[in-house]
Amino acid sequence: MRDKQVQDLKEYKYGFSTDIDTIKAPKGLSEDVIRFISNIKKEPEWLLEWRLKAYNRLKVLKEPDWQKPKYPKIDYQDLYYYSAPKSFKEKPKNLDELDPKLLETYKKLGIPLQEQKRLNGIAVDAVFDSVSVATTFKDTLTKQGIIFCSISEAIQKYPDLVKKYLGSVIPITDHYFATLNSAVFTDGSFVYVPPGVRCPMELSTYFRINASDTGQFERTLIVADKGSYVSYLEGCTAPMRDENQLHAANVELVALDDAEIKYSTVQNWYPGDKDGKGGIYNFVTKRGLCQGKNSKISWTQVETGSAITWKYPSCILKGDNSIGEFYSIAITNNHQKADTGTKMIHIGKNTKSKIISKGISAGYSDMTYRGLVDISKNAKNSSNYTQCDSLLMGNKCGAHTVPYIKNKNSDSNIAHEATTSKISEDQLHYCQQRGLNTEDAVGLIVNGFCKEVLQQLPMEFAVEAQKLVGISLEGSVG
Amino acid sequence: MEKQLRTDFKKIIDSSNFSEKEIITKEKYLNKFIQNGFPGKKNEDWKFLDLNQAIKSNIENLDYFNENLPNEVDPKIYVDGLEHNKIVFINGRIEKIDFKYEESDKFEIKDQFDSKSLLNDVNSLVDLNSALTNKCYKIQVKEHYDVKKPIIIYSLTTSKISSKNINIRLDFDLESNSSLKIIDYSIDKSENNFVNIVYNFNLEKDAILKNYKLDNEENNNIKYSYNNINLDTNSVAENFILSFGSSFIKNEINCNLNGKYSSAFVNGIFNLDNNKNHEIRTSINHLNENTKSYQLIKSVLGENTKSAYQGKIFVKSNAQKTDGYQLSKAILLSDNSEFNAKPELEIYADDVKCSHGSASGSLNQDSIFYLMSRGLNYKEAKELLINGFLLDVVEKITDNEIKNLIKNIMGLTE
Repeated sequence: MRDKQVQDLKEYKYGFSTDIDTIKAPKGLSEDVIRFISNIKKEPEWLLEWRLKAYNRLKVLKEPDWQKPKYPKIDYQDLYYYSAPKSFKEKPKNLDELDPKLLETYKKLGIPLQEQKRLNGIAVDAVFDSVSVATTFKDTLTKQGIIFCSISEAIQKYPDLVKKYLGSVIPITDHYFATLNSAVFTDGSFVYVPPGVRCPMELSTYFRINASDTGQFERTLIVADKGSYVSYLEGCTAPMRDENQLHAANVELVALDDAEIKYSTVQNWYPGDKDGKGGIYNFVTKRGLCQGKNSKISWTQVETGSAITWKYPSCILKGDNSIGEFYSIAITNNHQKADTGTKMIHIGKNTKSKIISKGISAGYSDMTYRGLVDISKNAKNSSNYTQCDSLLMGNKCGAHTVPYIKNKNSDSNIAHEATTSKISEDQLHYCQQRGLNTEDAVGLIVNGFCKEVLQQLPMEFAVEAQKLVGISLEGSVG
Repeated sequence: MEKQLRTDFKKIIDSSNFSEKEIITKEKYLNKFIQNGFPGKKNEDWKFLDLNQAIKSNIENLDYFNENLPNEVDPKIYVDGLEHNKIVFINGRIEKIDFKYEESDKFEIKDQFDSKSLLNDVNSLVDLNSALTNKCYKIQVKEHYDVKKPIIIYSLTTSKISSKNINIRLDFDLESNSSLKIIDYSIDKSENNFVNIVYNFNLEKDAILKNYKLDNEENNNIKYSYNNINLDTNSVAENFILSFGSSFIKNEINCNLNGKYSSAFVNGIFNLDNNKNHEIRTSINHLNENTKSYQLIKSVLGENTKSAYQGKIFVKSNAQKTDGYQLSKAILLSDNSEFNAKPELEIYADDVKCSHGSASGSLNQDSIFYLMSRGLNYKEAKELLINGFLLDVVEKITDNEIKNLIKNIMGLTE
């Protein structure tokens, strides 16, 4: 019985694909494709220009190659940059008009889009390939003045807000993948929380890559106005396919005076099979700007999927007294590779940041924590605390730590510590002595190892994440 | 630059007597250097300290050919209060070798060029060194011999120096169960020279090396030092770096722990003021079981100074039971000072104990208050705290005589 359970767990259970008619942009990357995307989304002229500007810059940019996990060259001309279910030519007005196949897909993924079926109050924006399919709990949010919709909708309805903040944290002059995203982004979520409002429920986006040969380039923009608070969750899955798929999203967060944004990710993209074939390349740019005084941005991530994860959710602490936090669990198994971490850029006075990173590698995988703490000259009285711990299971895997520490201010303190070890025999022995079998004992110890991060997740996610941690490591011990 | 290099290279070859084969090897290194040039910010290992820029802005008319005119050795330069053997370099040329304390059959110094011992694929500066050094001395310590007194390697530059670049290269072979203590001691009277020093150590079974580097005289030179240490079973290498006087210096130490139970220690102090730019970069490669490494680097940074520490611990997949530790700490005394660190772990084995820590900040105000409440003035309190902070590293030195010498040089009191 248990064997079967383990077997089921080991399989990537979100690996099915949905057979649905799609509209795709012509293959490849060109000005025409960008015009096609902009046109089909009925975008205003300024946005098309913005995209083309990014595209022109992209032409002279070089793909970065300093990362630890190397990958075969991506042929950007062999990708579809836009794919949408055919029934989406006109966006359905309510769920009844939604293609039943799509509803079925999300039901299978455990994300019911019908509001009455949700037990807990989480508003979901579901993104399927290149478009947002449904956003739930809109009415409740609108009453409070909170805007939560797909970014395409926001471009139509709230162009001033979008124009003001889009690209303010990740400009089109950024690095290769961010610029690629600026040129071809298709959809994503937009959140605006008005001054003084505490968002009453968790907001959530669920990303799903379905079509093959597609890159997913979504763009998320979250703005928390003065004195507001929002907690945002993000989840992702993709079907099992033998080829690698590119996912290059941009996420921008802006926190004004006294505002707080909490951004949690549970990333479970298809990691490839056990021989390392297929899987998602997760090259995401996530950056938060603490623009106002006393603002706070906190990133929490549980990274278990993807063939290659390459991302550094960052905080720019510009406002005085602002706070940045980063909590991360990254697990790699089989042939997965990860190069992840964070950047904390202290610019304002009295800024504080905290980094807790837990890396677990098993099988033939390779995991790198890479982080930057930069305290600039004017960031008086700032402080940073970093802790990054790695756990290794077996001697075929690797765990690396590459922190960059820059302190230019004599009133500021930076403390950094890192350890690498394996599960101690003593701990295992203790658990086994009390009747746990090896796998359960390892599970317990690993959960204890990750606890500091799991605690940061919203309740519903924490349970999910804890299970995911167990699943990702299933079969890697004993 | 290339033209100057080629003409100077030719002059060096003409003035020495290298064989045909050796010249070809040297030319290969020269071409490699010309291809890569001086490392700059774009090079990951030189991210924090841009040598290319420093050379461009400080050295006009960089040339490489040193006429090798003999110089008088002034005995006044010798370190007092410590009996020692001597090797004296003046402007890159060996002027005096004095091993009066040692048994001559146990200890040998050879003057021969051995192309096999040249280091490949390290960086362009080591290539430059391999191309331009005209002499390559090898110091060999025979089996079961403990070199009785430390060797002080004096490296002097005088105002009469005829080139802007000096390359020094030494090889050390420690046969099994031998031991050696060396101290690098530099006295610089020249201005704006680029000094490039490469040492290569081979430690056989059970050998012990104690390697101390003192950069304690104020000078305006740009220096680079690269030490490669290969360690066999149960051998020990202890390194200490005092980084203080030069306006720009980078010390690199590369340890290959090839044998089981071998261990490496790197301790360093930056004590900087007046626009100085210093860096220590270490890479400790754990390549076998039960190897151990320990690193402790402390910085005190005054007005307009910058220090950087890049430490890497690499653990190969078969190097189980590795114990690796790294700690870097910095006190920033001025708003214009800057501390950069990149303590890196690259680990492929699971049964290891590796950790690193890094902390930087200002002097602890509570400690100062405590001391002042006991009657010290601010300056005294500050000095006491800084002394204590640095003494911690000096105390790690295992040779008592040398420890006291270094304490005297630094003006540290207990």
